[in-house]
Amino acid sequence: MAATLEIQNLHASVEGDESLILSGVDLTVRQGEIHALMGPNGSGKSTLANVLMGNPAYEVQEGAILLDGEDVLEMEPDERSRAGLFLAFQYPVAIPGVTVANFLRHAINARMKAEDPDSKGIPIPKFARMMREKMTQLHIDHAFAGRYLNEGFSGGEKKRAEVLQMAVLEPRIAVLDETDSGLDIDALRIVADGVNSLTGPNMAALVITHYQRMLNYIKPDFVHVMYDGRIVESGGPALALELEEKGYEWIREKHLAQLEF
Amino acid sequence: MAVVRRRSSLPQAPSFTRADVEALSGEIQEPNWLLERRLEAWDRYLQTPMPYMEEEWRRTDYRHIRWQEADRLIPANGATAAVVPSKNLEPLTGDEQGGLLVFVDGKVVQLELANSLAQKGVIFTDLRSAVRDHQDLLKAHLMTRAVTPADGKFAALHAALWNHGVFVYVPRDTVAELPLHVVCYNTSAGAALGHVLVLLEDNAQATMQVEYASRRSDEQSAYIGATELIVGAGSNLRYVSLQDWNRETFEFSHQRGVVGRDAQLDWVNGVMGSRLTKAFIEVDAVGAGANARVSGFFFADRDQFFDLDTQQNHNAPLTNTDLLFKGAARDNARTLWQGMIKSLPQMQRIDGYQVCRNLMLSDKARMDSIPGLEIEADDVACSHAATFGTLEEEPIYYLMSRGITRPQAQLMIIEGFFDELLQRVPFERVRQRLMNEIEAKIIG
Repeated sequence: MAATLEIQNLHASVEGDESLILSGVDLTVRQGEIHALMGPNGSGKSTLANVLMGNPAYEVQEGAILLDGEDVLEMEPDERSRAGLFLAFQYPVAIPGVTVANFLRHAINARMKAEDPDSKGIPIPKFARMMREKMTQLHIDHAFAGRYLNEGFSGGEKKRAEVLQMAVLEPRIAVLDETDSGLDIDALRIVADGVNSLTGPNMAALVITHYQRMLNYIKPDFVHVMYDGRIVESGGPALALELEEKGYEWIREKHLAQLEF
Repeated sequence: MAVVRRRSSLPQAPSFTRADVEALSGEIQEPNWLLERRLEAWDRYLQTPMPYMEEEWRRTDYRHIRWQEADRLIPANGATAAVVPSKNLEPLTGDEQGGLLVFVDGKVVQLELANSLAQKGVIFTDLRSAVRDHQDLLKAHLMTRAVTPADGKFAALHAALWNHGVFVYVPRDTVAELPLHVVCYNTSAGAALGHVLVLLEDNAQATMQVEYASRRSDEQSAYIGATELIVGAGSNLRYVSLQDWNRETFEFSHQRGVVGRDAQLDWVNGVMGSRLTKAFIEVDAVGAGANARVSGFFFADRDQFFDLDTQQNHNAPLTNTDLLFKGAARDNARTLWQGMIKSLPQMQRIDGYQVCRNLMLSDKARMDSIPGLEIEADDVACSHAATFGTLEEEPIYYLMSRGITRPQAQLMIIEGFFDELLQRVPFERVRQRLMNEIEAKIIG
């Protein structure tokens, strides 16, 4: 069944602080679609990504997130992941002493155990073969698997590691939070190729980006603009080009004008 | 800094007597010189007060030891190696041990040495036999160069009353390829005074692991031990010590490595068991170019108290010591690391490093780290650090966002914390076992 992620009237703040960062987000993403979410800094894009994944640093005040009709807000981050959500982090955290391979094997086994408590997990040879395939596909040196997760990784390596995780976990709906930022053009192309090879009938993507640049490589079906905690403009690919040309200022003016009515 | 408790009473001394020393020496049928040394140490022991408010002891309160249980020498009761948990007896690598020496209640129950090593002149035996068979070596090296009776009250007591131990000797220009494995296991409560003397002549090489464990008991035990690692010029010793005493054991130990010119000591010390451990872990870099890496890991839970007192002594120029300790504490446990780097004057171009990293897993646990430097030379690179952390939410969230459950995420982060240290244990099988033991402590 095609997965559908529905975000309805979502209001959220930082845990313990009442001022809203998200103030009524509505968005529906269906499996097979690519959505781009753009907007100026501070508009709430990353907050939306983290609220979707269940980051405990944020608190939902109002609204709903549904995945195939199931209440996502009731789920812990690990349950959300196993239900098919994925977030490529803007700032992935280093986990000293845990190798990329060990980490991903645990992630796969957690899925298998959730489905079948008696599962013994993925056989190591099968896992190793799969890792090699995915790393080759993403132009990642195989030695990467033995390194401690994100520790001492360059900016580009971290982003590639996020895409590798996505490739291995095969989510149904992936949120990419500024996965393009800080990448040189070659790395950007590799990351974009990776995303493109994964999206399709089986995976939807919500690509959060500050710049239009990423969208030269990942072609969105829909483009949304976030401002002040809400999606204020939605359209087709042309909207991204318009933003590139005109900047975000007109969005601000239009939004303020709307508020005055 | 630790708060110093006001103490209402002085620590009690065990009830050993001079007659115990004489009886033990007679039982071992020791030569006179050794009995004399024991008695000399006994006199020193009597003259030394029970340690109490000295700087290196004032944070360690051991007055809850019940000497009436812990000061009876554990009797050998005829047990065999069959009582030792099989995990302790597993070969360190492959199917072959270079040597295996197993003590149960201080008595040798198994002693094997590979022919290939014996033929090269490698000695791997228990200390009582060595007293008979290798007198000259013992006379020169037993508690004369590394640990001596002058090191403290418990060092003096040990010198007077050691009752079992291992002696390893690797001749000049000899490589003992296969690892040597020693297991000390006690089945009943009481006192054990075990000794390790490892002597590598010049340009020799060996790898060794010693494990300490005991059967669960409600009665208290005391382990009053000494470890001496003497690494000759150009030699290389890899030494692993794993302590997992039962929870009613009090360990008081002195351990010292003496590293000669251009020699290398790679020492890993793991502390998991005991009720209280007070260990002095020292390296003396005594020859130019000596190199010592000292690694420690510890994990304290429930009411455990670990006090690890390390010292890196640069007694020669161009010496390098590198110390890394990593520990965790949960429940009401307490840990203390006190480190010191010392150099003699005019010892130029020395490089000493010490760091202790602490992971606090409960609000009630307490961890202290007190690094120190006493450097009397000026062309030196010495540094120290101590860090304290807790389990943070951000990495847990990151792992959970990939489908890993919260308990599993916490486990992975704690194991990851120790991984760097465990990678320094040269045996894959032992690393895996230690990981399981850490896991058991986390879940426990």
